[in-house]
Amino acid sequence: MPDEVKDTKKPAPTPRQPRTPMPEQPAEKRRRNFQEVALGYTEVDALKEASRCLQCKKPKCQEGCPVNVDIPTFVGLIKEKKYIEAAKAIKVDNALPAVCGRVCPQESQCESLCLLGKRFEPAAIGRLERFVADYEANHSNPADISSETGDTSDKNKKDRPSGYKVAVIGSGPAGLTCASDLAKLGHEVTMFEALHKPGGVLIYGIPEFRLPKAIVQREVAYIESLGVELRVNSVIGNLFTIDDLMSEMDYNAVFIANGAGFPMFMNIPGENLNGVYSANEFLTRANLMKAYLFPEYDTPINCGNKVAVVGGGNVAMDSARVSMRLGAEHVYLVYRRSDEELPARREEVHHAKEEGIEFKLLTNPVEIIGENGAVKAIKCIEMELGEPDDSGRRRPVPKKGSEFTLDVDTVIMSIGTSANPLIGASTPGLELNKRGYIVADEENGKTTKKGVYAGGDIVTGSATVIAAMGAGKRSAAAIHEYLQTQ
Amino acid sequence: MFKIIEKEELAHTIYMMRLDVPDIASKARAGQFLVIRLNETGERIPLTIADYDCDNGTIDIVFQVVGKTTEQLSCMEIGDSIQDIAGPMGKASHIPQDEKVVVVGGGVGIAPIYPITRAFHEAGNHVIGIIGARSENLLIYEDKMKEVCDEFHLTTDDGTKGRCSLVTAPLTEVLEKNKDVKLVVVIGPGIMMKCCAEATKPFGVKTMVSLNSIMVDGTGMCGACRVEVGGETKFACADGPEFDGHQVNFGLLMDRLRAYTGKEKQALDDFHSKDGCKCQTK
Repeated sequence: MPDEVKDTKKPAPTPRQPRTPMPEQPAEKRRRNFQEVALGYTEVDALKEASRCLQCKKPKCQEGCPVNVDIPTFVGLIKEKKYIEAAKAIKVDNALPAVCGRVCPQESQCESLCLLGKRFEPAAIGRLERFVADYEANHSNPADISSETGDTSDKNKKDRPSGYKVAVIGSGPAGLTCASDLAKLGHEVTMFEALHKPGGVLIYGIPEFRLPKAIVQREVAYIESLGVELRVNSVIGNLFTIDDLMSEMDYNAVFIANGAGFPMFMNIPGENLNGVYSANEFLTRANLMKAYLFPEYDTPINCGNKVAVVGGGNVAMDSARVSMRLGAEHVYLVYRRSDEELPARREEVHHAKEEGIEFKLLTNPVEIIGENGAVKAIKCIEMELGEPDDSGRRRPVPKKGSEFTLDVDTVIMSIGTSANPLIGASTPGLELNKRGYIVADEENGKTTKKGVYAGGDIVTGSATVIAAMGAGKRSAAAIHEYLQTQ
Repeated sequence: MFKIIEKEELAHTIYMMRLDVPDIASKARAGQFLVIRLNETGERIPLTIADYDCDNGTIDIVFQVVGKTTEQLSCMEIGDSIQDIAGPMGKASHIPQDEKVVVVGGGVGIAPIYPITRAFHEAGNHVIGIIGARSENLLIYEDKMKEVCDEFHLTTDDGTKGRCSLVTAPLTEVLEKNKDVKLVVVIGPGIMMKCCAEATKPFGVKTMVSLNSIMVDGTGMCGACRVEVGGETKFACADGPEFDGHQVNFGLLMDRLRAYTGKEKQALDDFHSKDGCKCQTK
């Protein structure tokens, strides 16, 4: 029985083998549908990729993870075909593995520190994370998922109820993570969401083809199964103030993670014409409200034949790719710097180019031209890169006399967001910075108001899902500590 | 889920519904609005608060059937539930004290002007009310308004009730007679608010208008509701809904309200061609 003997041994690492590619929907097909682009590893793919992991004695990858997932352990469990255990090992530190496996910029985090990457390509940690999260969801009884808390270590043991109540404002990545950790520690957690569905940017922002909404719902259900109470349609600042929560409603601590907020515009002529959207509005209509299924769903969206998306981040890529899927013939991505400075993940840029998005780099809009109240064209100017600015990137400078117009009927502004003043304005004692963001200690989320913590985009401005999750995690630990002293 | 506990057809195609929303009712103030979504496939629409009762935990909404969502809503009955209601949204009206003020309501805009009028009345102001409708059969809240106004004017475009004129005629006369008016508040269709703002301008009276832009989230996140006030872009949901009527770009407001006309018609036609609404005559 030589095979059985082999099976009980750990397979030897095969680092020289190339990184196992992610199966994808072909670009020609996917550019016109909303189904997921990346199809996920098969079991064979996952085993092949896991076998590349060196299982280092002193692993570096874990240090690169903002929520400190025990990567070597979960990859090791894949090698042993213990996929459900692998998923549980991730859930000890990360309540949203299926989300992170899809949208984390692993290339600049865990995978960037993978020792294998020094000589070969790094292990595909993100793809493996996604594989086990999906495997668990497809192979466990939902009742099992809801009755367990991913307890492969003592860390996760649900303590007896602590008797403390914590309010979490916002149900995006920071809120979900904080709520999950606090619930695991035995606190009574209520998560307040302003919209009608939980998930924050995971629901309204990131499109279905990158992050299916069923997956977000599954992860939220898991967090609810930990005992977190969810209250949708609750606009904190208007419906209840932070002071209401901490006095009449008896919450002992509050974690504010209401997200980045207001969309920014360029303040150029024509920006209020019909056909000019903020990326927030465009994506919210498409994702949260499912306007791509109009009229089956009631929310309309006006996506024309020729679309200009202004900006170069992940949100710009999402807006461009949604436009393509809504049937646009030409989608231009207008960005004022060059390809090298595009802030979006390389993978997103690559996918966008494959899908036929036309990149107008070193180009900046100066005016949106209208006819009868609607967009007709966008006037742009060519840019060149000058001296480095404060961000260290070379400053784009307009080239005199290089204006030109692009005929478009839709413009999507994706140039960032600014702080929503709702909570700041209604919370005496909560210090905000000059730009309206909440002042909070990076290490523990502590604000200037006693018992009030904050994290995610409302502290840092727009950042990544995983950075917000890290903040949620650190704040949960600090809130737990604070509650012990009460 | 939020229950409808009262329903009344106030006029042709105009309905009042009383909603059981105790948390929102305890915080609501005159001038604010709600965002509602009827069901899983529904859109989010803003509706101005027409009355609120903190003690009983209720808010009244008044709406006119203009599209699919309002038609569907009009078909709901007492005991039915609306899936999502969020609020109170927007900034509350500024309520002066012991001043002479004028309130002007046009069409279905009479409903949201009512709680503001009542608040003005309760704060000891001398309130001059002017309401107008296209025709008698579209007139609402006449008695409620009379109760909280010290002086009252009524117009219809076709003369079927009250004075046969637009609201701007009595408004101008009131301002000519009352040089001590400190504030005018106007709620109604865009064109009516525009004309009222033009009418008050020569008198130099502060004039506030409540803007009913298209919205999605209603909290400032999407920017669909942007309006131009004094040359600056503002969000009606978070910065408003009330703005200085002498500064508002009404042309832009009215253009933007037409952004989805085609799609709105398509949604309504599609609705009628399928199950449609069983209680309305098409």
